[in-house]
Amino acid sequence: MKTLVFVEHHGSELQKGSLGVLAKAASLDGDVAAVLVGGGVTALTAEAGSYGAATVHVADDDSLEPPLPQPRVDVLAKVVRDGGYDTVLFANSVLAADVASGLAARLDAGINWDLADLVVQDGALVGKRPALGDSVYADVGWKSEPRIALFRAGSFDAAPTGGDAPQVEAVALELEPYSTEAKVVGQELEESTGPSIEDADVIVAGGRGLGAPEGFALAEELARALGGAVGATRAVVDAGWYPYAAQIGQTGKTVSPKLYVALGISGAIQHKVGMQSSSTIVAINKDPNAPIFEFSDLGVVGDLHEIVPKLTELVNQQRNS
Amino acid sequence: MKIAVCVKHVPEGSARIDPGSKRLDRSGEGALNRFDANAVEEALRLKGESETEVVVVSMGPEKAADSLRKALAMGADRAVLVSDDAAAGSDLVATSRVLAAALEREGADLVLFGQQASDGDGAVLWAAVAERLRRPVVSQAAALSLEGAGVHVKRQTEFGYDVIEAPLPAVVAVSDAINEPRYPSLKGIMGAKKKPQEVLTLAELGVDAAQAGEAGSQTTVLGLASPPARGGSQKIEDDGNAAQAIVDFLAEKRLL
Repeated sequence: MKTLVFVEHHGSELQKGSLGVLAKAASLDGDVAAVLVGGGVTALTAEAGSYGAATVHVADDDSLEPPLPQPRVDVLAKVVRDGGYDTVLFANSVLAADVASGLAARLDAGINWDLADLVVQDGALVGKRPALGDSVYADVGWKSEPRIALFRAGSFDAAPTGGDAPQVEAVALELEPYSTEAKVVGQELEESTGPSIEDADVIVAGGRGLGAPEGFALAEELARALGGAVGATRAVVDAGWYPYAAQIGQTGKTVSPKLYVALGISGAIQHKVGMQSSSTIVAINKDPNAPIFEFSDLGVVGDLHEIVPKLTELVNQQRNS
Repeated sequence: MKIAVCVKHVPEGSARIDPGSKRLDRSGEGALNRFDANAVEEALRLKGESETEVVVVSMGPEKAADSLRKALAMGADRAVLVSDDAAAGSDLVATSRVLAAALEREGADLVLFGQQASDGDGAVLWAAVAERLRRPVVSQAAALSLEGAGVHVKRQTEFGYDVIEAPLPAVVAVSDAINEPRYPSLKGIMGAKKKPQEVLTLAELGVDAAQAGEAGSQTTVLGLASPPARGGSQKIEDDGNAAQAIVDFLAEKRLL
């Protein structure tokens, strides 16, 4: 198996999701390489090596820094063809999904997306794809090479593999005319404090049960105590209580932290699909019949306005002791 | 100007996977994918009172005509449905090939998609279609306007917004935050029946049947299984000590 992993960066940081996929690829047999595309990405190659890439292909050019998919398709298509890669892996993101899909069409390659895992069964690569609100896991395969896979956010732990310094190979740019027609003319980046919800090990998410926009202070304080990030349901984002960047669910982000604390969230399917693969789910809701209790590891029926301040205080005590 | 909107007919209610074919069961009632309604709405908004033609394009079973009719009732001018038994079971690579052929035939200035299919069986299609059409693509559009001979798009990302410009012809996938789709009026529903609705086979599109459906697909569903079970769950009522109970639980799980 010869695997290429698209490693995404934002500013000078490699994205944890793609490092997780890289570490996963390294845990399967075969040659593993990463590809980095952007301005100044050569500086990030050593880090990619430490997550399991023996080779890092770099297309380092300032013109490639804007987060546009089509020039990346050109770079990846060339790397796959020249390097003879049989498998190309992506961690899902707005950018990576477009790159993966465009690459599939360019190479007429099979693409399986929304995968939660990848295994080798009887010598063949098999993807695990949750379907129908995760009530079913489909085993999906590829009929030809290269095989393209796009993984759900947070499918794998980004644990360094302690690899040696990788071999760095520069990719000569050959861009299609239509790939450079779209241009980024401006950006409004939201300055986030603390970890982003896709990268956080702990997420404290709030729903309508917080009562008012001010209720999010409870979620924020608990998140700070637990060293986590704050998430929100679609309902409260629509109501303007919290920014869209924090929205978890079908029309927001899909997350799978080690701990997910749901405050005043009923657990509608819209929300469930975005967080149910979290390792441990704790829910506090005053409605004993809230659907969230059906998929929580610990469900607490009670008034979150009473419980959460005490919980935050206890966590702070525990941490400081 | 011509705007083509790609739409999908998705099963209504709780979907199931047919254990035999391992495909989504599409035999029951269906409806226009609600995310595609945002794309139809955006096309109608861009059209306004102008002479722009809005064409809705779909690939699917004959029943998909119901969804196209809904788009016509909303105000689209014309519908094209690619329906062919040989196209059933197409994966992304095969679907993008068929849709791109239908779109080539239309020669639209702007092609719009919704952000995902609510049946979970289709996403990220726009980038593959744009690649086959060799056109610029912008996804997750939270705001879209036509400026000069191009599109001006505000793209929602994990980090905020990118403002992107691309010349026409272009492909844009809109997010569901872009608008509130209108409901068809009674007049619209009555009028939809009289609007041109074409049904095309693969042969009529010039797509080789071996390039579509399962034959033209490069992925396969091997089997279905139950998801990994969650560990035992517990539910407690707050008796004043719930905060301590949560801390104990987290400590036991080594999450503190």
